[in-house]
Amino acid sequence: MHLRPFIVLAAGLSLAACATTPATDPTEEATRSPFASTYEPAPSVPTLIRGATVFDGEGAEFANADVLMQDGRISAVGNNLAAPAGATIIDASGRFVTPGIIDAHSHLGAYPSPSINATSDGNELTQPNTAEVWVEHSVWPQDPGFDRAVAGGITTLHILPGSGNLFGGRGVTLRPVLDAITVQEMKFPGAPQTLKMACGENPARVYGSRNSSPATGMGNVAGYRQAFANAERYARRARNAAEGNGDPPDRDLEMETLAGVLNGDILLQWHCYRADEMANAIEISHEFDFEISAFHHAVESYKIADLLREEGICSAMWADWWGFKLEAYDGIRENIPFVHAAGACAIVHSDSEVGIQRLNQEAAKALADGRRAGVEISRAEAWTWLSRNPARALGIDEETGTLTAGRRADVVIWSADPLSSYAVAERVFVDGAQIYQRDADTDPASDFELGQSYTERAQ
Amino acid sequence: MRFFSALVMAAAIATPAMAETVLIRDGRVVTNGAAGIIENGDVLIVDGRITAVGANIAAPRGARVVEAQGRFVTPGAFAAMSELGLSEISGSGAPNDADMDGDLVAAAADSSAAFNPTVTAVAVTRVEGVTRAAIAPSQTSSLFGGRGALVSLSGEPDSVFRRNAFMVVELGETGATRAGGSRAALWPAFEAALRDAREYPNRYRSGQGGAVLNEIDAAAVQPFARGQGMFLVHAESAADIRRVIGYQRANPSLRFAIHGGAEAWQVADELARARIPVILDPLANLPDRFERLSARLDNAALLEDAGVTFAIAPAPGTVDAHQARLVLQLAGNAVANGLSWDAAFAAVSRTPAEIFGVGAQLGRLERNYLADVVIWDGDPLQVTSAPTAVFIEGVEQPLISRQTRLRDRYNPTRNR
Repeated sequence: MHLRPFIVLAAGLSLAACATTPATDPTEEATRSPFASTYEPAPSVPTLIRGATVFDGEGAEFANADVLMQDGRISAVGNNLAAPAGATIIDASGRFVTPGIIDAHSHLGAYPSPSINATSDGNELTQPNTAEVWVEHSVWPQDPGFDRAVAGGITTLHILPGSGNLFGGRGVTLRPVLDAITVQEMKFPGAPQTLKMACGENPARVYGSRNSSPATGMGNVAGYRQAFANAERYARRARNAAEGNGDPPDRDLEMETLAGVLNGDILLQWHCYRADEMANAIEISHEFDFEISAFHHAVESYKIADLLREEGICSAMWADWWGFKLEAYDGIRENIPFVHAAGACAIVHSDSEVGIQRLNQEAAKALADGRRAGVEISRAEAWTWLSRNPARALGIDEETGTLTAGRRADVVIWSADPLSSYAVAERVFVDGAQIYQRDADTDPASDFELGQSYTERAQ
Repeated sequence: MRFFSALVMAAAIATPAMAETVLIRDGRVVTNGAAGIIENGDVLIVDGRITAVGANIAAPRGARVVEAQGRFVTPGAFAAMSELGLSEISGSGAPNDADMDGDLVAAAADSSAAFNPTVTAVAVTRVEGVTRAAIAPSQTSSLFGGRGALVSLSGEPDSVFRRNAFMVVELGETGATRAGGSRAALWPAFEAALRDAREYPNRYRSGQGGAVLNEIDAAAVQPFARGQGMFLVHAESAADIRRVIGYQRANPSLRFAIHGGAEAWQVADELARARIPVILDPLANLPDRFERLSARLDNAALLEDAGVTFAIAPAPGTVDAHQARLVLQLAGNAVANGLSWDAAFAAVSRTPAEIFGVGAQLGRLERNYLADVVIWDGDPLQVTSAPTAVFIEGVEQPLISRQTRLRDRYNPTRNR
């Protein structure tokens, strides 16, 4: 749990491409070295979960099945699995077992509890392009919200800066390490960094009200394009220098982030509600030849689901939020199932310290509303919205998100069908180690909550 | 009494066009009353009211029979706090009648004067089984939030069925901020405001004026300061709730309810003794404000054990214009955390009606109650369930909203 040099992420991970390639380019430097993960899985023992209904995260459901975890990884899913010597055996008859939930859109740590001026740490609203900031430097590991999220079955969460800027900064993918003292202890080893961008009303409102650009939708688009044009030049100079032609550019943290998007090391997460604005964003991605991993809050994805499938862009969505802004006005309860029905990548996200505690219920709503509208979806397919698809958008799908043998053993045992209001997470495993058990009589994990009158009384 | 006549008038206006006799047959009837849940029960609706509930009710001549096929049949849900009907779009600089500062009018702000039954959120909410709501504006500067109203979600012009239903007052962290930054100033200011109101109009006509309230606000607060209406207090912490309990004990003619109450479980016995009801949010479990450090998921279950009257609605600060339909999900989550199903469903139907003084007309499926009735395709507290029929005062509502129209326009199973 204590700080170690940043070498850890090289160990046995296929994800760390950007960290293991030679540092010939200044963008490589930025995505590689400082603030590297010091995450270490909690100690685990081989564990056999027996007799559960299992959703495997790939869309399949198994009745009366067993899940075996060994050495922190999924070892097997099947019937009548043999327990290795010394294994802990958990009778899960009547229970449901799923991959842990991955929230692709959270601000925990950056907007922690308690919410006061000092903790409002997620929006660097000083200029419309702050691609140089990293949200991990705002994350407060003591946020009690991490603890509450785990109780809702969260095993991985992606923290983003806010949406007030065109370029909000780099996001970070975390493990909920509840006793972490540093954010590096929480960083998902090898997970790519991400960039938060924002369409629409927020940047135009923030900067328009200051009489500066962007003040409009057209100002937003001009801002994105000029920034990527500058980044192309920066990346070209860096490449040329690496090939022995000329000097490298002076390091520019903002440019490093954008160049990282252009070369595919940094995965773009774009806050964009409206279908027409998503289509504009796609045009920009073609003009500058980069990929968009996911549109977030994509309230109108159902209108362009085929385009999103063709482009291979995920949509991270709420089940039913709408109406709080004009750009959220066309929200419908069938957005998620309609995107799914088109064969596009659908993700249920929270953007909320409350919603992250019950994303399974949001998936349940979307499943039920989709079925009522005539879309055939199995409950195990609906679970892909919570684990496999967000893992894909975050570039960690080779590591987690399904119960495939060899994946990290991120597993939740639910008291009942988790696509329900009444199911609760009974046990949560990350890397094969149990990090949560309901009704366990333990001290609060967060130092902030330790010694408060109410936690003392509960002991 | 005032309520009763207003209600009769509303019914008289609303029902003639569509009034019909309906027999809902063979449902799992949640009466919310002494009869509890009646399996294979029937509900008879005549002229907008329930005339019989029980087993094997004969269909009167000309009655339309709706087969419930064993499904849940319940009273309509009652959103115990909402900004429904006060804006079409709440942000984006769009007009929002829920959002105001109190320079001219604060306590006198009358949400019934702003309610618009034709905003799309009313139909969006109605098709989810919510038939009634308490609404209040939200002030940004005064201790007083203004006067709440009770509304029907029929979408008809006469949807407001009770004005002046309650007076919102901030007596927690928010109130302290507005009183100059401290609870030390908040309580003297509140007491002075009540004196102003009681001495209205004399001190204003004499030229003395109010110590805290202007003349308009003093007139609006007066009935509440005289115990003729209920103060709905925004308070979260046990300490703030105790101050309200103590003040009510010293001023027994005044009526209070708590909205928020994240730490109410810590003072549950005192609340029960004082008979002060609470409108709480079962999802509030984060120490996101210092006044709710002790928030916990089983707040509702603990209040049930202590015998406190409580309803379920979003906490102050999260009340909105578009998601009143989520009260049923909130109630389901209270069940997941130890509350009985019956109390949870009552907390989003019967109990709000009782807290707001309309419990003799709404919130139960019993003889003479207004026929707000919903048939569901599953357990109404499950997020996977939805209504198959919604009646408001006996009139069946079309299950159509702007959202269902968008759904049907873009439904991939229909268009290709």
